[in-house]
Order: sequence, then structure tokens, then C-alpha cells
Amino acid sequence: MLQVKAIELLESGAVDRVLGWKKGDFFYDLTPAVFESADEVRREFAYGPFAGANLSKYLIAESRRGGKVGVFLKPCDTYSLVQLLKEHRVLRENVYVVGVQCEGMCDIEKIRDAGCAGVTAVEEDGDRLKVATLYGERTVDRRDVLLEKCAACKSRKLVIYDELIGEQGDVIDSNRFDKVAALEAMTPEQRYEFWRGELSRCIRCNACRNVCPACSCEKCVFDNPDSGVRNKAAADSFEENMFHIIRAFHVASRCTDCGECSRVCPQHIPLHLLNRKFIKDINELYGEYQAGADFDSRPPLMDFTQGDCEPSIVYQRGGAKA
Amino acid sequence: MMKRIPRGEIDRLFAALAGMQKLYIPADDPSGQARFTPWAEGMALTQRLNTARSAKDLFFPQVENLVGFKVTGKQIEMIETRDPLEDFILFGVRACDLRGFEILDSVFLSDPVDTYYQSRRQHATVVTLACSRPEETCFCGNFGIDPAEPGGDVSCWLTEDSLCWRANTEKGEALTAALPFLEDGGEDAAQAQREAVREIAARLPLNRLDLSAFGPGKTQALFNRPEWKRLSEACLGCGTCTFVCPTCQCYDIEEFNDGETVRRFRCWDSCMYSDFTQMSAGQPRPTQLERFRQRFMHKLVYYPDNNDGAFGCVGCGRCLQKCPIHMNIVKVVKTLGGDGA
Amino acid sequence: MSVNESFRPTIVAFCCNWCSYAGADLSGTNRLNYPANVKIIRIPCSCRLNPMFILRAFQRGADGVILCGCHPGDCHYTTGNYYARRRMTLLFSMLDYLGVERERTRVEWVSAAEGAKFAATMNEFVETVTKLGKNRRLEDLRCSK
Repeated sequence: MLQVKAIELLESGAVDRVLGWKKGDFFYDLTPAVFESADEVRREFAYGPFAGANLSKYLIAESRRGGKVGVFLKPCDTYSLVQLLKEHRVLRENVYVVGVQCEGMCDIEKIRDAGCAGVTAVEEDGDRLKVATLYGERTVDRRDVLLEKCAACKSRKLVIYDELIGEQGDVIDSNRFDKVAALEAMTPEQRYEFWRGELSRCIRCNACRNVCPACSCEKCVFDNPDSGVRNKAAADSFEENMFHIIRAFHVASRCTDCGECSRVCPQHIPLHLLNRKFIKDINELYGEYQAGADFDSRPPLMDFTQGDCEPSIVYQRGGAKA
Repeated sequence: MMKRIPRGEIDRLFAALAGMQKLYIPADDPSGQARFTPWAEGMALTQRLNTARSAKDLFFPQVENLVGFKVTGKQIEMIETRDPLEDFILFGVRACDLRGFEILDSVFLSDPVDTYYQSRRQHATVVTLACSRPEETCFCGNFGIDPAEPGGDVSCWLTEDSLCWRANTEKGEALTAALPFLEDGGEDAAQAQREAVREIAARLPLNRLDLSAFGPGKTQALFNRPEWKRLSEACLGCGTCTFVCPTCQCYDIEEFNDGETVRRFRCWDSCMYSDFTQMSAGQPRPTQLERFRQRFMHKLVYYPDNNDGAFGCVGCGRCLQKCPIHMNIVKVVKTLGGDGA
Repeated sequence: MSVNESFRPTIVAFCCNWCSYAGADLSGTNRLNYPANVKIIRIPCSCRLNPMFILRAFQRGADGVILCGCHPGDCHYTTGNYYARRRMTLLFSMLDYLGVERERTRVEWVSAAEGAKFAATMNEFVETVTKLGKNRRLEDLRCSK
């Protein structure tokens, strides 16, 4: 369906290039790619339950290359694009958005975690996935192997599109803050232990930062030798904390919770729990806010009211006492 | 000579080894991924084929102190900041990671010898473990690695009912001598295991790549190929592939000033990073295309140029599993290998 | 929690140039006492305080960090402290979430006329942090002496 659309867009001359996914050696290793001809699309285009990558960040560069670029965006990806447009990072007039309704994308790592080794093919069978491996066939429940961001899907609404494939959806009442609430209810000691355990695995590959549509600085402070805080490797626990606090803080109130940071983390650190903490706090303290949902609202950290709570509210809020 | 211990008594083996030296085994971390972890009572060997990070961490850690300086007035005092090292046993290294050590050796142990790396190597006894369930991402066969017959100081095979143990070196013999409870035998079981794994290895989808377009002397033919643009366009410029790689060995030297002491340390660098090999005159690899190309040319051409044609990749498959956008050396080989074949 | 009598915490106080720094000055000219282990860093406005400065202070040995600025509504740049208020609220909440003791960070509005409040605030904050003890959860081992 997407492939047909891509061919149509290119052949009709509606766009000069199409940003989509290219098939790999297996069913799960799709790579984001720019297609310049219908032939390329016929040969290499692919889409399926493993097209988890959010393509919106590539538009920062693609929309400036001249000509028009067509792009396929899933509901959560459209929030990222709106946020980028609000920040004037993408040239809207050079982008043709094909919105794609989505049933949730699967995570090959979770399929491996479920004990499937040597996975060579996957067949969709309703809610089940038939997994062919070098060691025989297995069946897994699709819901069990969804990407974290999809298991906690917040919205199936496409907030921007020029054309739609599938039905327009709605914002979903998700449980995405449950784990944050569970952490808040712990004692500071328990939280400290939890985060030391998670963050100490960080290898500072910067994948979380580089994939993030909200992280679009030309030069990151952590890469800049003149900033005084550059650290190429987290030499100790302080620097692990520092990087992750600042990374999450810098995108706070602009983060749409697209979940890419956790998807790409090679060390399986639940980075979304940092971003969601900020989102949850913002919702509770300054009113419900969804970044990327519209063009008009001001991100809460670029806004204020005279009656805002004082920082001392942190001392009174919940959580078990030490 | 082959020895064995019943599979149910592996803990006894680990306890005995840990009693002699610090013992690292691949065990699951809280996220369910395997990593080399100091053994402690009750720790189980992972079910996973391989660790998420490679075994190079033990010899070439991500961050390593080199030396410190203290400046008082016009005096500069040098401070020894090397980590004190003790002998250790590294258990469960796969054949691919072991080849990785050889590649690191060729870099760090050739003149001038890197004494930091050297001393870690000297302190280690490497116990390898033959693969039992290769993954679809494995492609070590392309580099002449036999996952069923790993080397090291000691080689092990984990079969249905026992762990087979064979010392290969003096260090390995010394270890074996200190483990009187190992029984003789196990050769048949190990052989059955070898055959089973080789049968699977023959069926691995990526195990027979055409590498004829790569190797020594291919720089001119490959460097300006137009395909690099398409291959690199989606690259995020993160360092995941380089940091999980058992053979990536680039590092940066940085300093940390705490106000009184300057600590000079080295840390892994990545050719994927925008400041990789940046000089005062500028960045010789200004876009991601050049940086991306550097990684694959290094593994497939530059390293072979300097090492009698040996490739700088061992086919462990970590980068295939971990790249956020699923771009990897196999795709590069398939894309660029077509015409040169 | 047992209080180590000999422990003297290092406190970094970021003070806005227009109100709180002048307030600190006033508390000095009025000969009010506050502990000498409070190190004041003057910043142009409370909203100049990059969260990184706070983390850096902890890295380099601070046991508590306090930000003092003009009272909301009195900012000499009209709205700077309103932004700072939101930022610090979220940052402090995040530090708490990571298990860092929440009493180690604080914001207080101190005007140029409130020398007494400045001294009282510092005395109280030093006492709080003294009870918490040395900062261990956000320290950089390379910097600990």
C-alpha cells in the first residue's frame, strides 16, 4: 500500500524524493532511506511491523535539499514533525506528508528476549506472530513484543498530513505514566538504586540523543570542547547522571514522547522514564500539555503564569519517606 | 587432553576458579542482556549466545586512567593513576571475540607496545566456550573462524549433560591442574557438539559473503564509490556499532582537572562522531559520509592492507543487532561487493 | 540521622545581581551572621542559572545548592524569575526522582531590602544540609578529596 503510494507520488511528479524504509537482509532490519525513483521503490521499499523508526528528524536536512520530499509518518511521528515545524526546523512547503495509521510496531529485541534465537522470518497471523528460527518455529503474541513506545501508545491521531492511508484515529487513554508513578512512590534510596543500576549501563554511544527529533542542536554541548562539559565517555557515575539529566531536561516540554530514545538504546536503559517524568510533572503542575499536538500552544518551559507553584512544592509531593 | 564436569556441577567449577583468581563469566544483567560480570555465588551463565558489549572491555576498557599531574608553583609532580591489576580468568569467550583479541593485539602489542593493554592481557587467562546456538546475525565463517572450535588458554564445550574442558596453553594447563575434580573424557560429547554447530553454521544466511571486492589494495577501487552516499544517509552518527564492536580500537585522550590534579585518561572514540580526528586545521571528515566510510574501509581495506590481508571484522553480529537504523557491515559488503566480485 | 558535628557542608548560592546579591550585601553591612561555607556566585538573573551549573556545583564538591532571585513580579528583566521558577521546579523534581535528597536544592526569593531574610535563609539551609551530610549521590569521585 505504502509502496504503491510512493511509486504514485514519484511518477506523478508530486514529489522529487520519498523518505521511507528500505528492506534489509531479514524482515526486521529496515533502514530509513530516501528513494529518488519509482524503480528504486519497486526494488527496495519495504514497510511492515518492524518499521519503528521515526522519520521526522530526517526532514530537517531533507526539506532543505531543494525539491519536494514525500514522507511516511505514523501517528506518533506526526507529533514530532509538528513540534519541529513549531521550532522552525523543517520547511513545511517542501514536505508532503503521507500519514499512515499504525497498529503498533514490534521489537526484534523483545522477540529475542522471549527466547527466540536465530530468527530468520516472521509472519503476521492476526494477533500472533509466527517466528521462524534456525531452531524451529515459534509463535509469540504480538502484544508481548511491541516496542515499549507502542505498548504505551498515547495517540493514534495523525496531527499533520496531506494525505492519509488508513483511518484517522483518536488520542488514547494510555498507561504510560504508571511506571513513573511507581518510581515516585518508592523511597529515595530505592529510586537511587534503580537509576544507578540503569544508568551505569550507559556506554555513551549518544544514540538516544542523535535519534531524538527534539535534539536538533547543530552542535551539542556534550560534543563541544569549549563548553567545559564535553564528555566522550561517561568516566564516572556523575557524568552518567549529568548527561541523562541534561538530555532529558533540554527536551522537557518539547518532547512528544515518541519513544525513540528507548527504542534505540543498545543497553536497554528505560530512558523514556526520564522524559515521561518531566511530562507528568508538567501535566500535574502546569496543566495537561502534549508537545506537538498543535501549532499554537507555548511549550510550558517557554511559558509561565504569575500563580505558578514554587519549587518548594517538590518537598511536599508524594513518595515514600526515607 | 579433554576433561569434563557434569553440567549440574558448573557452580563448583566457578567457585573453584573464583577461589584462585577473579572470575568473569557472561551473565544476565537486570535488563536481561548478557555481560561479563565478576562471578558471585549463585550467578548463572547466560542463555544468550553472546554478550551485548564485547569481551574487549576487559582488556581495553571504555575509560582508563593513564597518568595524573599535580602542579604546585613551578613544580609538576607525576602521579601514578593506573588501576592495580590482579590475575583474572575470563570465562565464556566466543571464538569471534577471541579473534577480536588477536586483532587488538596486532594493534596494541606491535611497536610501540601499549603497556596498559599489555598488562591486562598478561594478567588474563582466557577460557573460551564453543557456540551451541549461533544466531542469524552470525557471520564469523566469512573470516575463517570456527565457532565450534575456539582457542584461548582453555577451550570449553557445553553439551547437554556436561561441560567439556581442554587446556591449550601452559596457563590453561596450570588452571586444569588446580581443578582435580575434573574427570577425564568428554571428547565424544564435544565432537558431537562441534558437528551439530558446524551443521547450523553452514545454514547461516550471512555466512557466505562475497568478500573478493575487499582486502589489501582495494582503496582506490572503493573509496569514491557513489554507493557510500546512500549507505550512509540514514546513519545517526551514534557510536553504537563502534562501542559494541570487539575490534574497534580507536580511543581519545582527554584530561580532567579537578582543581588540584589533572588526570589524563583515555576513552573509546568513534569514527562516527563529528569530532573524530578533528585537528586544529579542521575536520578531515566533515560529513557523516566520510566518517561512515572510514569505519568500513578500516575493517575491510585499511586493516587488511597492514595485516597480511586479515580483515578487521570477526562476524560477531553485534552491530547487526544493535544499530538503531539497521545499517551494518553486511549491507555494506553486499552493496559494494557486487561489482567488484 | 546522626549529625556529624565536624561536618561543614559546602553550599553554593547563586544570587541574582539585582535583588539577592544586594540582599546578601545588606546582610553583611548589617553585620548579620551566616556561615562562611556559603559560597556566593553572582549571576545576572535567576533565569541565567543553567541546570548544568547546579550539577557542576555538586560535581565539584557542593553539598547543597540554593538559587536566590528577585521576588516573582519584581524581576529586573520583567519575567526572568518566572521562567527560572518553572525550570527549577522541574529540575528539583527530577533530582528527587533520581534519588538525590530533595532538601539539597532550594530556591528562595530575596529582595535587596531583605538582608535579614538572606542570613536567615542561609542559616536554615546550612543546617538542613548539615543534617543530610555529605553529598554522595551526585558526587564526582575524581573530585572528592
